[in-house]
Amino acid sequence: MDWSPLWISLATSVTATVITLVVGLAAAVWRERHSGAALALVDGIFLLPLVLPPTVVGFFLLLLFGRHGPFGQLLPHFGVTIVFSWPATVIAATVVSFPLMYITARAALEQVEPGLLEAARTLGATEWRVFREIALPLAWPGVLAGTILSFARALGEFGATLMIAGNIPGRTETIPIAIYFAVEADDIQRALYWCAVDVIISLALLSGLYLWTRTQGFASPRRPAH
Amino acid sequence: MALDVQLEKKLPHFELNVAFTAAEAPLSILGPSGAGKTMLLRCIAGLERPDRGRISLGERVLFDSERNIRIPARQRRVGMVFQNYALFPHRTVAENIAFGMRELSSEKRPARVSELIERTHLKELIDRYPRALSGGEQQRTALARALAIDPEALLLDEPLSALDTHLRSQVEMQLQEVFSVYRRPALLVTHNIEEAYRLGERLLVLSRGRMAAYGAKEDVFRHPPTREVAQVTGCKNFSRAKMNSDGSVEAFDWRCRLRVDQTTPKPPAYVGIRAHYIDFLESAPANAGKENVFPCWLVRASETPFRITLYLRLHDPNGEDGTYDLQAEVFKEKWQRFRNAPCPWHVRLPPESLFVTPE
Repeated sequence: MDWSPLWISLATSVTATVITLVVGLAAAVWRERHSGAALALVDGIFLLPLVLPPTVVGFFLLLLFGRHGPFGQLLPHFGVTIVFSWPATVIAATVVSFPLMYITARAALEQVEPGLLEAARTLGATEWRVFREIALPLAWPGVLAGTILSFARALGEFGATLMIAGNIPGRTETIPIAIYFAVEADDIQRALYWCAVDVIISLALLSGLYLWTRTQGFASPRRPAH
Repeated sequence: MALDVQLEKKLPHFELNVAFTAAEAPLSILGPSGAGKTMLLRCIAGLERPDRGRISLGERVLFDSERNIRIPARQRRVGMVFQNYALFPHRTVAENIAFGMRELSSEKRPARVSELIERTHLKELIDRYPRALSGGEQQRTALARALAIDPEALLLDEPLSALDTHLRSQVEMQLQEVFSVYRRPALLVTHNIEEAYRLGERLLVLSRGRMAAYGAKEDVFRHPPTREVAQVTGCKNFSRAKMNSDGSVEAFDWRCRLRVDQTTPKPPAYVGIRAHYIDFLESAPANAGKENVFPCWLVRASETPFRITLYLRLHDPNGEDGTYDLQAEVFKEKWQRFRNAPCPWHVRLPPESLFVTPE
């Protein structure tokens, strides 16, 4: 039994989730501090990978990272090729999971009472400290939920990954891709096996998330002032 | 140290435009809701940017639109107590208080914490989270947290308005204690006249963004510069008026001639008297016809536990349709003594309690 699709899937999803957490959180913070009609377009672009078919996302990524794309021409100078390599699976998973992170992190940050951030500022805290010690801890339940959803989405990514990373066993063959090619090759046993693994991981994640949000008294930390 | 404020800021419905200096004594800022009081504090704290003006605290310029100076809130060292307290819900009382001390030198900190906890009586509560505190305890924590940064000025936004009546006087006494030690500029925003009077030494009346009155609280109450200030500070009785050639004041709405001690340079437009100052004469007939003494009829009365508000019609009993000239406030014991006497009663409007305003 070749376990490599499991390890590749986990490595890809973890890496993509870490990137998406940092970038998504940064985007949410940046967006919270700026307002304007033009930024609706930015929001749209950030959320696009959520609604576009993964094949469309994969195609755009191919255009960017392919041999004639801007990155595809630039990166080989540094000895890096993206297409059909493991980093390509990470890029695909990051792009499709980013909207989930962004949208949940933003909602969580918006729920933090602005007065608390202002109070911290009058107490001498730098913007970084205001974020790290007040905004982030209070938004944390939402941010963590976003992280888990992003991880689940990254784990299930198929279309864009196939287009930009292909199916190279031991390198880019993630669980969903392994399932697809197992079915293609009429290897029902193998397909069923990987399906079971996928269901177990996803179910554990989602039930864990559900249980965790229910035990958090944190979600309503303030009692009314009156 | 003095807090020098001079600023203009356009708000949705009016312009905030103030200029005052708060020295080392508490200044009450009184005004109806939406008069710009909170906005004023936020500008001083650095949470809002004025359109024009200058704010300085001692030697430090915090804001100057002409010189393009705008010190951020975190560097202003201005302690602010928010109306809803804005305590950090994920931190204990002790952690809330210590939050601002990060910027204080480390050898100063322990002494400061124990001093503050002592002063605000929070000793038993230091390990609690804000949600487990009563309103009064939250207020004290917020005050201790603001004082922890050793602020060079203290701003309190309606510090008592969220509290139950029985807690108010307790917290108010605590504020008085703090003010007696804290001899630096302190601004206290309120819409409660009595709080403003008890807690402040000076009084600023704000109305639609303008300073309607500013001065020692006794002066503002005794000689309100305008009818509006008199109203905001709780005066209920006004009559249109003009000055007679003999120096007396003709009160048109009250249909009488009054002697008034206060003299104003400008010709008066209104004469007024506070409801508490109206004097009920018990040996009425002997006093009838004397200076500032008038017969009156009761139109209606409204009771509170210890006092009664009497709505009175002067000179004649024609007040049945509910129109009244004066609103008088009397302690119930006093009222018991004359309530059964037949109308007309006789009231005296003491010359020293009457004031005239130009507008």
